[in-house]
Amino acid sequence: MKIVFTASAGDIQAPLDSRFGRAPMFVVYDLDDDTFKMASNQESWDAAQGAGIHSAEVVARTGAKALVTGHCGPKAFRALAAAGIKVFSTDAPTVGEALKRYRAGDLTEIASVDVEGHWE
Amino acid sequence: MQELVVISGKGGTGKTSLTASFAVLAGHAVVADCDVDAADLHLLLSPRVTEHHEFFSGHGALIGEEACSGCGVCASACRFDAVRVGGRRAGGPWFTIDPLSCEGCGVCVRLCPEQAIEFPVRLCGEWMVSETRCGPMVHARLGAAAENSGKLVATVRREARRIAEEKRRPMIIADGPPGIGCPVIASVTGSNLVLVVTEPTVSGEHDLNRVLSLTRHFQIPTSVCVNKWDLNADMTERIEEGAKRAGARVAGRVQFDRAVTLAQMQERAVVETDAPSAVDIRTVWKNLGMQEGSSPALTPARNRQIMASYD
Amino acid sequence: MILAIASGKGGTGKTTVSVNLARALGCEIQLLDCDVEQPNAHLFLQGKPLGSEPVTVSIPLVDESLCDGCCECGMFCQYHAIVCLGAKPFLFAEMCHGCGGCALVCPKQAIGETERRIGVVETLRAQNVTLVQGRLDVGVATAPPLIRAVKARIQGGTPVILDAPPGTSCPVVATIRGSDFVALVTEPTAFGLHDFRLAVGTVREAGIPFGVIVNRMGAGDDRVHAYCQGEGIPVLLEIPDDRRIAETYSRGHLVVDVLPEYGGLFRGLWDEITQRVERPA
Repeated sequence: MKIVFTASAGDIQAPLDSRFGRAPMFVVYDLDDDTFKMASNQESWDAAQGAGIHSAEVVARTGAKALVTGHCGPKAFRALAAAGIKVFSTDAPTVGEALKRYRAGDLTEIASVDVEGHWE
Repeated sequence: MQELVVISGKGGTGKTSLTASFAVLAGHAVVADCDVDAADLHLLLSPRVTEHHEFFSGHGALIGEEACSGCGVCASACRFDAVRVGGRRAGGPWFTIDPLSCEGCGVCVRLCPEQAIEFPVRLCGEWMVSETRCGPMVHARLGAAAENSGKLVATVRREARRIAEEKRRPMIIADGPPGIGCPVIASVTGSNLVLVVTEPTVSGEHDLNRVLSLTRHFQIPTSVCVNKWDLNADMTERIEEGAKRAGARVAGRVQFDRAVTLAQMQERAVVETDAPSAVDIRTVWKNLGMQEGSSPALTPARNRQIMASYD
Repeated sequence: MILAIASGKGGTGKTTVSVNLARALGCEIQLLDCDVEQPNAHLFLQGKPLGSEPVTVSIPLVDESLCDGCCECGMFCQYHAIVCLGAKPFLFAEMCHGCGGCALVCPKQAIGETERRIGVVETLRAQNVTLVQGRLDVGVATAPPLIRAVKARIQGGTPVILDAPPGTSCPVVATIRGSDFVALVTEPTAFGLHDFRLAVGTVREAGIPFGVIVNRMGAGDDRVHAYCQGEGIPVLLEIPDDRRIAETYSRGHLVVDVLPEYGGLFRGLWDEITQRVERPA
């Protein structure tokens, strides 16, 4: 299964970006074979309204079934839910740390929106 | 990170004047002018621009006159009445797009049988990062008649946040737009405190109620302040009671004061002068739960000193 | 004649001018309150309600039985209103501009349309004035479709005053389009001049003749007049910085009712503008 982390740089030790819609990139981690790759989220950064929605589209295209981030706005959340992607929230400082907490089952799943649309 | 957004519902209540004073009182904030349609805050804070960026948003359709066969498919399909007759020639009319009406949907571009329509990105305005005597400021200017979707507002806020994190400033103070539409929504969503500045008039009360519905809809803690309160004390009380019933807090009142206009003409914030209303403004700031972070009054001499230190 | 009253800066007195002008003229007149985010004219014109109609915009409706998940719609949409997130398209109605593009590009013709409410248009009658106003639902982002719905109610044969929202962007353009003249209201202060210049830019883009009304004369300085002189912009009317006007306004009363001496000022404004429209310079 693939899981996506919002990141501000390109590797496992990168800081976890707390925002979803404007996160510059995603670390797409494959739990089945312990490999990862990067997906750019530059288009969302540039997008006119709908950055959160666009980010959700990018995540959906990776085939991931879960997303780990700090906060997620309402439209992004709706989009992720529609795509069948579970959203987890964490304050872990790096992607690596967030992955560890996910594996340990320590992350809280967001059942509904936790912040109103940032920067929409 | 504390983010205070000052809005007004109705225009002209004095929110920009108040925001400038708050920026001075805060001392360590990043200032964001989110009223991109009619940005005035810079007139009080004398920003020195250090970064300048073009702002592109969406696309606009552009018909090539030579390539246009005059078939009119675009005109029939356009839902925004943006296709106009550009002129006439031997074979019939040729068409052109009115950029003021075009909403950049791309339908005509897709449908044109001659592929005669280009779809370039649209330059809608600009945004700037500046230094002021109160700290860094992010502000913007929307082009005349440009679409005000909220994207430019979102850009200003995003940059303000980035700078606040970089420079370790704990607070962002944003001057918001009037109304309740896209730009206002873009300025308040995600903030942790909104202050609505209103005036003791029937219009002020009416528009305040509309904007309080908005902040309630987005669940943002809201405070209210009546400016020029003594123009109508009864209305002031009525507004304050109404605000409390609507779930907002009352942050205080500011008296009507001609010295506010004088300060504006001198390009200073009211709290940098001896204006009688300066005391009221400080009280509102305190009632919002804020500390005063800067020296009490920035004299012109000190101001010059600070600006010189940036060179 | 269709006269639009607009301004760059909010709070300069657009509504004060619109409602008092309408009342002072005394003849049959239509006043359209196009500030659909914050319609205020009705507060001053105690009108009898004549009717209210909801206004909707078109949004897509996907017939999932015909949809094969190709996502042409999502790839076409410029606004992230219809997006591809899984097997079927997902709709964000509030982002939709109603362009009809998704329905057009769908290879399976699986997309139809439905309506989404954005607000209401209300008509009121206040003595000689027929007031038509739009009221945008709270939470709806865009004003222009509702403004167009308000303007669609213009009846030929009587003069029309359009009370515009403040600013210089799309809601203002939607309001002033098609009018014969725009009167920009400003005040003689730094903010007033700054925003007035922006408004001038917008009105010039729209190609409509215009002039200026300077409100609160005496509250600032002569910078607005100097600018107008330099630009050849006619000053149509100057309203003094009379505290009685502010107090009358705060109570929701008409200046021309409480201070009848101002009636002549507004009628003079109308004559001045009518002349300019009939005999453009």
